[in-house]
Formats: sequence, C-alpha cells, structure tokens
Amino acid sequence: MNPEIFIVRFPEVQYHRASDSYIIPHKYVPEVVAFLKEHPDFRLDMCTCCTAVDWLPETNVTKRKVIENIDGKVVERIEEVIEEKPQFLETVYHLVSVEKKHGPFVIRIRTKDREDTRVPSLTPYYRGCELQEREGFDLFGIYYEGHPDLRRIFMWEGFKDFPMRKDYVEPDDYEYEPTPHDEVLQKAKRHYPSPTP
Amino acid sequence: MIAPSDTLMPVTPESRAYSVVPRENAAGHQCLEVSLGPQHPSTHGVFRMDVVVDGETVVKLKPVYGYLHRNHEKIAENISFIGSMPFTDRLDYFCSMTNNWAYALAVEKLAEIKVPERAEYIRVIMAELTRLINHTCLVGFLLNDLGAWGTPLLYAFREREKMLDLLEAVSGARLMCNYMRFGGARCDLPQGWVSKASEIVNSYDRFLDEFETLLTGNEILIARTQGVGVMTAAQAINASITGPMLRATGVDYDLRKAAPYGIYDRFSFRIPLGEHGDTYDRYYLRILEMRESIGILKKALAEIPEGPFCADVKIRSFKTKPGEVLSRIEAPKGELGFYLISNGGPSPYRYHVRPPSFINLTLLEDMCLGSKIADVVIILGSIDIVLGEVDR
Repeated sequence: MNPEIFIVRFPEVQYHRASDSYIIPHKYVPEVVAFLKEHPDFRLDMCTCCTAVDWLPETNVTKRKVIENIDGKVVERIEEVIEEKPQFLETVYHLVSVEKKHGPFVIRIRTKDREDTRVPSLTPYYRGCELQEREGFDLFGIYYEGHPDLRRIFMWEGFKDFPMRKDYVEPDDYEYEPTPHDEVLQKAKRHYPSPTP
Repeated sequence: MIAPSDTLMPVTPESRAYSVVPRENAAGHQCLEVSLGPQHPSTHGVFRMDVVVDGETVVKLKPVYGYLHRNHEKIAENISFIGSMPFTDRLDYFCSMTNNWAYALAVEKLAEIKVPERAEYIRVIMAELTRLINHTCLVGFLLNDLGAWGTPLLYAFREREKMLDLLEAVSGARLMCNYMRFGGARCDLPQGWVSKASEIVNSYDRFLDEFETLLTGNEILIARTQGVGVMTAAQAINASITGPMLRATGVDYDLRKAAPYGIYDRFSFRIPLGEHGDTYDRYYLRILEMRESIGILKKALAEIPEGPFCADVKIRSFKTKPGEVLSRIEAPKGELGFYLISNGGPSPYRYHVRPPSFINLTLLEDMCLGSKIADVVIILGSIDIVLGEVDR
C-alpha cells in the first residue's frame, strides 16, 4: 500500500498528520471510495470500523509581545491572539483489505459544522457500515445521505437528543423513583414544587 | 438542525433487505407479523426480530436493537482510563478476558507501554481459554436452539465449569474477570495453576472427541443445518463480517495471522476454513478452531517464562500521549476493536468499541429471507451474539 499514489491521484484530499488519516471532501467521496476499492495496490474491500467524533469549538489564547513605534516613542505591549478552531462532527472509517491483508487505511469525512450535519454515506459501497452509520446517526446526529435505512438504533423512537455529543446535558426530569434521595431529590424538588411521595 | 432530506436515495444492492414490508403474498393471502423476542429464550438476551411470515416462510425480518443499551462509550469518556476496564467485562460477558486485552492493547499503544514476556504468555493463555469457553458454549446453545434440550448444553457447561475455576483462581471472578492491566495483568498466576491448567487442556481433546461423536455426524443436526443460512464470501467481506462467520465462507482472514498482536507470531497453528458458508460449516469450524487453540495452549503453558507479570506503570493519575489508535484483536466472536482518541487528559476524548457480534448481525435478514421461521432461531444462534456487546 503506497499512499503516494493516492495523494497524487487526489490532490484535493487533505492529509491529517496527527492521526495519519485523510480528510475527504464530500464531492469526491464516490470517486475516492471506488479508487480505494478497485486499485490493485489498495483493494480495500472491508470497512472494519466506522465511528463518529464530536469536535467542540476550541479557543486557543496565545500572548505575544508587540513593539510599536507611536509618534517616535517605542511602546512595548502584549497582544492576545485568539485563535478559534472550527467545530464539526466527523466520521472516521477504517478500511482494510482482506485480500491483501493490509490496513487499516483511515479516511475521515467531516460535516460542515455542528448544525448542518449532512455527509455522504458509505453504506452503498460497504454494507458493513449500515448498522454503524445508524449508530452514528442515533448517538451523534449525523445525517448520512444515501443510507437506505437511517433510523434510530439504540435510543427509542421519539428520543430528541443525541447523547454522544460532547455538549449533551442529561435531562432534569427522571423517571418516577419511589424514594428519591440526594441529588435526585434535589433535582425533583427543582422540577416539582412538592415531590411525589 | 436539518431533517433528513426527502431526496434520500434508495439504494438497491443485490440484497433484498431494503424492500418494503409485504402485507400479502402473491396469491392475495395475508402475511402474519410476528414479534420474536425480546424475552424469547432463543434470542440469547433481549433482542427482538420483527418477522413477517407467509405461512411458515420468512418474507421480511427487521431486527430491533437497544434493549440493553447503556451508552458504555459515554460513561467511559467521563471516567479515567483504568476506570472503564471493569466495564469492558460487561460487553461480551462470555469472553471478558479478550475484552480486557483489546482495551489494554489500545491504551498500551497510546501510552507506549512495553509488556513483559510473562504477561504476554499469560494473555495468550487467557485468550485461548476464553475461546475454548465461548466456542464450547456456543455449540451447546446452538443445539439447544435446535431442540436438543439440555444434553449437549450440559456437556458443554460441565467443561466450561472447569475452565471457569481456572479463571476464578487467577482473578477471583468467574465471569467478570477484570484481570488485564495496562502493561500486563493484575496479579500473577497462583502456585500450581499451570499444572492444573495443563491437566484440563490435555484432556480437552478427549472431550471434543466425545462431543463430536454425539454431534458432528448426527443426522438430525445435518438435516437441520446444512444449506441453512448461506452467506457468500463476497457478501460477508462487503458486510464487514469477521471471525468464524467469515472463515466459514472460505475466506482466510484471522487477525492472529493477518495482523499479529501480542506474541501470536511465535505460535504455529492452522486456520480452519469452511466451504459452503452455511450453519453446519459455522458449527464445525468452531470445533476445529478449538482443536487449534488446544495446540496453542499446550505450547504456551509449557513455555511460559518466569519474570514480572506487569510492567511498571504508575496507574494513579495515569495519562497517555495525545493521539488516536485502533486496536484490533481476534476475539472468539470476531474482530474486536477499541478506538481511542486521547488529548493528553486523564480520560479518553473519544472511546469507541468495534463490537464483532453487532456487526455480524448486518446480514441476518439476508440469510433468513426465504427460510422457515424455525430456521431463523438457529441462524441467529450460529451467528453467536451476546447482547451486552450488541447494544453496549
């Protein structure tokens, strides 16, 4: 497996050094997957692991010294540089080759942001993603466009939130507990003026 | 939040799995919808299948998951690295040792811990014992599903008890072992354990002979399982099926050889392969795999060196380097993986389990369509699922 062939063929694909993986823009997904499946050097015929990651926005504040010349006076002051990392959800696919026994080759597909979470699905190419993408939809709220059967899988139907997101807050209202105590009692008091039993 | 668009393309692979639910058959007779589970004993836990039957033939099957969902991943992301080690036992409660190993392997890769020689041997011994336990019980349960009430299952459980005693002597627990640690194991093998284990392992071939005399050539078993639940190699690879399920279709892919972890490259063993990909092949493949495991166990028990059983890892305020890793091991049910992302903090930023029995269920409907409803039970039984791992 020689990744250079891949990089030369798809210059739009971005290499992510920290995780040794490739970030695929949405519109190149069909081409890239077809290439990885068919090219005799790769032959990645199995998607072994598919999962989602939630990246919360990060603000890095770094300080730097600035020397300015104002009206002939040399003024030294410290300036704060605020660097904001974008926020998005991403799906990580680990592709392996059963035929050539190599891999995993990691590709990532990112959503635009944490609101518009549509990404192309890989289920039409790898059937093994079917249940795992449903899991990603259920727990992270990523809409895999092209998935044939996108429903909730672990949480019940009618559940509104996406519990694996980093900013998920557990609900204040618990199911009926006969003898609430400690934290649950405090929450129940907040919720109901006079807690049942 | 944007709702799934109406333009959601219907995908038409060769499989019939995405067809609409039929209400009537071709002759205009009504189909019957049966809810198999979640309390049905043949579902091996709380698992439900919505089956639409035309007479006795299955025309549609939709599995329903989530009855045992406890969001293991979210819990693990909020506690320390070592904190989720006991929780991994609860994934596949038949094979807690391999679950421990897969998780320890992932953290060891992240933190760059070197495992001492003795610990590697201990791990191989535990993993192969687990494989014996799992496969023996699976055969027992499969026969139970077939209607052989009790007898094969109790034969299997008799042998399993002996091996659970071994695990108890080592870890103090019979099922939830919580034995592996980052860099090795929690404690050393007790005195006289190796000779006791060798005794059981040496007599295991004889038990398998006894078991096979009862089962392998059994006419009823053959009639009920051959040609039932057939899956082709191409289908299996495309649907990420791993473990004995994949090898029963004739695909030579065992992570112990394809991507060796631990010290598996030092052992010589064969990978049994199936031919037809049906339920009988899946049954017989597991018997053959057990025989190979016995060979590995004999060699490991004879060669286990003296030395430290765990690397010197400071577990209090344990932190790893930032990075991400996927560890893959050949668990008895298939490829078990732990995907971790660490940002250098005390707990993982992202923690994901790649569960073999969950992904092996992908093709359940394709295998069941067209077969009788009684066969659904044995097809599910031959997949070998544990709901603790399916639902997580």
